[in-house]
Amino acid sequence: MAPAIPTDRDLRLDLFRGLALWFIFLDHIPSNIVAWITIRNYGFADATEIFIFVSGFTAAFVYGRAMRDYGFVVSSARILKRAWQIYVAHIFLFVIYMGQIAYVARGFQNPLYAEEMNILEFLQQPDVTLVQALLLKFKPVNMDVLPLYIVLMACFPPMLWLLLRNATVALALSVLLYALTWEFGWNLPAYPSGTWYFNPLAWQLLFVFGAWCALGGAERLKWLLRSRITLGVAIAYLVFAFLITLTWHFPRLAPLVPRWLAEHIYPIDKTNLDVLRFAHFLALAAIAVYFVPRDWAPLRSRWLRPAILCGQHSLEIFCLGVFLAFAAHFAKVEISPGIPMQILVSVLGILIMVAVAWFLSWYKDATARKIAARPVDRSAKSSLGGEA
Amino acid sequence: MKAVMSGLCVLALVAAQGPAMAQSQAHPDASKPAPNVHTLSQPEVDPCEVPGYILFGEGKLEHVKKAVEENKRLTILVVGSGSSVLPGTDGAGKAYPGRLEEVLRKRYPGVEISVVAIAKSRQTAADMTQGLDKALLDRKPDLVIWQTGTVDAMRGVDPESFRTSLDEGIDHIIDAGADLILMNMQYSPRTETMISLSNYADMMRVVARDREVPLFDRREIMRYWNDNGNFDLNLATKDVTTAYKVHDCLGRALASLVVEAANLDGIKARPTQ
Repeated sequence: MAPAIPTDRDLRLDLFRGLALWFIFLDHIPSNIVAWITIRNYGFADATEIFIFVSGFTAAFVYGRAMRDYGFVVSSARILKRAWQIYVAHIFLFVIYMGQIAYVARGFQNPLYAEEMNILEFLQQPDVTLVQALLLKFKPVNMDVLPLYIVLMACFPPMLWLLLRNATVALALSVLLYALTWEFGWNLPAYPSGTWYFNPLAWQLLFVFGAWCALGGAERLKWLLRSRITLGVAIAYLVFAFLITLTWHFPRLAPLVPRWLAEHIYPIDKTNLDVLRFAHFLALAAIAVYFVPRDWAPLRSRWLRPAILCGQHSLEIFCLGVFLAFAAHFAKVEISPGIPMQILVSVLGILIMVAVAWFLSWYKDATARKIAARPVDRSAKSSLGGEA
Repeated sequence: MKAVMSGLCVLALVAAQGPAMAQSQAHPDASKPAPNVHTLSQPEVDPCEVPGYILFGEGKLEHVKKAVEENKRLTILVVGSGSSVLPGTDGAGKAYPGRLEEVLRKRYPGVEISVVAIAKSRQTAADMTQGLDKALLDRKPDLVIWQTGTVDAMRGVDPESFRTSLDEGIDHIIDAGADLILMNMQYSPRTETMISLSNYADMMRVVARDREVPLFDRREIMRYWNDNGNFDLNLATKDVTTAYKVHDCLGRALASLVVEAANLDGIKARPTQ
């Protein structure tokens, strides 16, 4: 296996983002027994929080350097180019999705599900559906994360500029926007009705917090993260969240949750990044940072390399994961829905993700070596850079 | 995994709540006294079997208890969308409201029982709330079974508005002096990647808990039947046989919930004492 990209980036980020990508893939396969290993079953937050936080962190890390070196205009153009790439990837996935459900629509007429089949009506007016999809208003199931990512990236340049000037003010603004969003119920409109499943105005908090950590915030929090008290609080919160989630899996346990507590915590609002979810992510992060130092030896071992590689090519692997989840669902429906099939498609999917990530790394290394070998183009290497 | 977890759950419950709870785990099934085609052809496995951890009537159906035990007359109104009806000339009798009526009638021969279904395709919770007052006035039900959520999920209705509609509907029903059971969506493996139900199912659970209303978790029950091999819900067929069987089982399970949640005539005593 090729060595991980030699940079001074924090391999822990790639590791956790890689794991998040695997979890998102597993969670996106409906009724999948392997999805029981993912964190969403044992607490409030799920892999989306990890993905968005790490994406904010790496975006600030990569483009923050670019903004210092090349200035606001050039780095903004690079960020927008990245947003455009994500947009194109999203539309590509949408086309695959349309193909899949058009196929299902043709063959499935179980009278038990006459009502559910009405969902296919949008195939009858492709003009409206396609335009709404291009406007990011029509978003099929499991295709909500990339639109969020697109909006966050597209709006990132001014935020990054401010983060580099005065990080505290930038973070405070982000918190303010989050609070106002909760207060006034702001969200972007969706089609055919309702609002965005992941409200960008709320989720930006996690992205900006990630960026803030990358630009010195993590250093400033070091004393807090080293403290045993923090660790204790974080563990206590994880246990609390675990006990609450247990009552979701077993409704008979639900009455054990005191009424006043239930009234306070429910509903746990994923759309607007509920404070409980954010706190759960913070607790997970605090524990991860406490036990996994930056120079943790296993980060260089071959056992963690697959996840790290996936984390380093997050956009490609994320899209691949969404596609593979469609394919896995398809295989389950058409061939066999049983547990052996669920395990097979899960394992196979992750192996494909790792193989593609390895190939992308190999390709990137090969081109980088070519460029490095030509002394004239040496300056081009730095502009090649990495992407967030 | 789920089986192991539910085993652990039962253990935890026994430890937490003592022997009384452990006894009620042997779940009384309202359908048992009336023999039927399924149990005759497959004497060992009841395809309608629902594990106790899913079916749990927490709320008290006081009006139903009174209607059955004192008035000897029980009127149930089913309000729902397309998944509460079945096609065909005898579709009404084969869909779960008709099955529920038959099971309850067999069980309580001395009680005059009628189940009326008002179910229209493409109705959101808000749509159903609109016509609710008139239906409550016309039928004067002792119990309303409100099936909803599917169309809201398909249209992507704002979950908060969905919640408001549920709350409004529940207010109307309580004001009319009826008990209520909420019923969530069907489990539909084929459309799982097309319709995102979880948010709306969670919201219904929250509202049910908040308003102390029993929730008939149709989604989990059907998922269990599918995963356990009782029914193949993946089947691409125009044939109505499976649909009829599933609705028969839903009617039975619903009857069990009514009997349990209304705490009707010594049901709890039968299996354990």
